[in-house]
Amino acid sequence: MLSKSQARTFFLGGTAVTFAIFLGLSWNSLVNEVPAQTNAHLLNAEVVRGKALWEKNNCMGCHTIFGEGAYYAPELTKVYERRGEGYIKAALMSKVPWAPRGRKMVAYGFSEEQANDLVAFLKWAGEVDLNGFPPKPDVKR
Amino acid sequence: MKYESQKVAYWFFAAAILLLSLQITYGFIMGFARMGYDGLHEFIPFNTARATHTNLLVVWILLGFMGAAYYIIPEEAQRELVAVKLAYAQLISFLLVGVVAIIGYHLNYWEGRKFLEIPRPLDWLVVVNVLTFLGIILTTLYKGKTRTTTAMVLAMGLLFAALLYLPGMIWFDNQTMDSFFRWWVVHLWVEGVWELIMGGILAFLLIKLTGVDREVIEKWLYVIVGLTFLSGVLGTGHHYYYIGVGKIWLIVGGIFSMLEPLAFLAMALFAVAMYRKGEKRHPNKLALYWTLGTAIMAFTGAGLLGMAHTLPQVNMYTHGTLVTAMHGHLAFWGAYGMIVFSFITFAMPNLTGRRLYDTVNGQLAFWLSNIGMIGMTMAFGVAGVAQVYLERKTGLEFGAVQQELEVHFFVLVLTATMFATGIILYIIEFFRYGSPQDEAIGMEEDLKTIY
Ligand code: HEC
Ligand code: HEM
Ligand code: HEM
Ligand SMILES: [Fe+2]
Repeated sequence: MLSKSQARTFFLGGTAVTFAIFLGLSWNSLVNEVPAQTNAHLLNAEVVRGKALWEKNNCMGCHTIFGEGAYYAPELTKVYERRGEGYIKAALMSKVPWAPRGRKMVAYGFSEEQANDLVAFLKWAGEVDLNGFPPKPDVKR
Repeated sequence: MKYESQKVAYWFFAAAILLLSLQITYGFIMGFARMGYDGLHEFIPFNTARATHTNLLVVWILLGFMGAAYYIIPEEAQRELVAVKLAYAQLISFLLVGVVAIIGYHLNYWEGRKFLEIPRPLDWLVVVNVLTFLGIILTTLYKGKTRTTTAMVLAMGLLFAALLYLPGMIWFDNQTMDSFFRWWVVHLWVEGVWELIMGGILAFLLIKLTGVDREVIEKWLYVIVGLTFLSGVLGTGHHYYYIGVGKIWLIVGGIFSMLEPLAFLAMALFAVAMYRKGEKRHPNKLALYWTLGTAIMAFTGAGLLGMAHTLPQVNMYTHGTLVTAMHGHLAFWGAYGMIVFSFITFAMPNLTGRRLYDTVNGQLAFWLSNIGMIGMTMAFGVAGVAQVYLERKTGLEFGAVQQELEVHFFVLVLTATMFATGIILYIIEFFRYGSPQDEAIGMEEDLKTIY
């Protein structure tokens, strides 16, 4: 039967090995994959300001992006492609809660520049290579 | 209880259940908003309610862990806590930081990073607070007469949990990097180091409740936490499938996260086996219910429901839908909510010297909260599967799909009411115990026999 010290060796050894592999794979992702898959060269000042606004207002508390966030409002990864710049800016600059389909967004009433920054961020997000997410609908209605 | 300083645990438990009731209130606000009754939108928009709901959750669980540690460590180390006053100060300051953060969420002061919404300046206060906590725990352990495996695993879990908070504080301009390191906190907490904390508490409870030999229990504790890290660390990959990093994570994350339920299965088998093996039945029946319940519900919510959407082929469709919310509720409740409840249920008689070992209210609290939570999980699950099919498979628009789902949130609110009733009964029992008493020191054995 397994002894207590063998059990401890299993714990410490397993942890050390998997953690080392995890750090190695993470390093590889951050150095080799992220710059190419996320088009790091396109991260200009506008996109970065847009991301700051995204965080400052906790848009992720209603929406998802890259499938992460809340499930109350539309997934925004492909929103630039889906709705286009004008529509997005209308939602962001609206002084009353934006809710064409009934559910309310916060009425941010962003300025033109702020809206442009957020659009730049969303456009950048839409071009990131997400290994095929979101999936294309494949059932005929 | 054996040591006077263990009394501080009581106040952590009281704070924890107070925050749980607030968490539930915000849950209802969201439930109603999803049914179309969003009258509070002006003052408490959904993102405020959500951040408050999930942050209160994390804070009350942490308070429960801290209280449990302040109770367990003196007994395992066989000495009083060092710096008891500091422990009270640590509780008060932790609550103050929490209150400030939550007020901030109502004033649009936060960082939109799911689960880590606390703004960076407040993060530093959390760090100082947790360092104080760790200082007290580790010094007590260091100066103690004995250092048991149970205490070491618990302390290790708490220490790593603190260290892993740090990657979440780095600032990135790239959303993908942000997400990558957010998971070092969120995933490596719930599917890594928190399982150590849970395992340590569970081992302590089983030693106390079943009377099985410590050496046997602690051997299996090592096996369980070994399985946790072996699968959970590389299992982080199940969050890296679709965020802008390479395809290697589809393989690594898929394989290792499929193994993660093993640790929860081991915990369930372990608890049930020790229960059957034990000869001395502890009279605190409710504590036994909660402890065995934890092991089983954690396996269901984290293990089975986690496994249900962890393969990349499935996760492609369920990623970021109500299916995730289904799993999130039963996993958090079944593993961490319930282990905290188990510990409180075990500790209250020893802290107060009163025996409410098997009351009607206590029984009802157990069954109503758990059946209610299973109902909530089913409501989220049905809504989630319908959402996945309509939105991701047929391509119906998000807003149209959500209208179809409103009815499921009626069921959610109904079952949540059942859950909340159970919690209210639990709180009533908590207050019936009254406050911790000095007379209860050294009474633990008597409390066990005069029944
Ligand atoms: C209180 C929840 C909430 C918050 C916070 C929120 N939104 Fe929204 N948003 C919504 C809802 C609901 C909709 C869908 C409205 C509709 O179509 O009826 C929406 C729609 C949108 C749309 C159009 C999406 C589409 O596919 O039609 C964009 C773009 C958008 N939001 C961006 C943002 C940004 C950027 C932020 C942060 C600054 C934000 N939202 C914060 C709830 C929210
Ligand atoms: C007690 C342990 C667990 C808890 C508390 C828990 C909780 C959660 C929570 C809250 C989320 C949402 C996170 C976010 O989007 O920020 C989540 C996501 C996820 N969990 Fe767990 N979980 C646990 C264990 C597991 C296990 C063991 C598995 C796999 C077998 C698993 C698989 C997943 C997957 C695949 C996701 C991603 C869902 C998505 O793509 O949207 N979880 N979990
Ligand atoms: C009892 C009443 C409760 C109600 C009505 C409720 C409802 C909700 C709702 C509507 C959401 C947001 C989902 C979305 O983004 O659309 C949510 C999120 C969440 N709740 Fe609750 N909840 C309740 C209690 C609890 C309890 C007791 C726990 C844990 C022990 C919990 C854990 C969570 C978690 C982890 C999330 C985030 C899920 C994710 O991001 O995937 N909730 N809740
Ligand atoms: Fe995970």
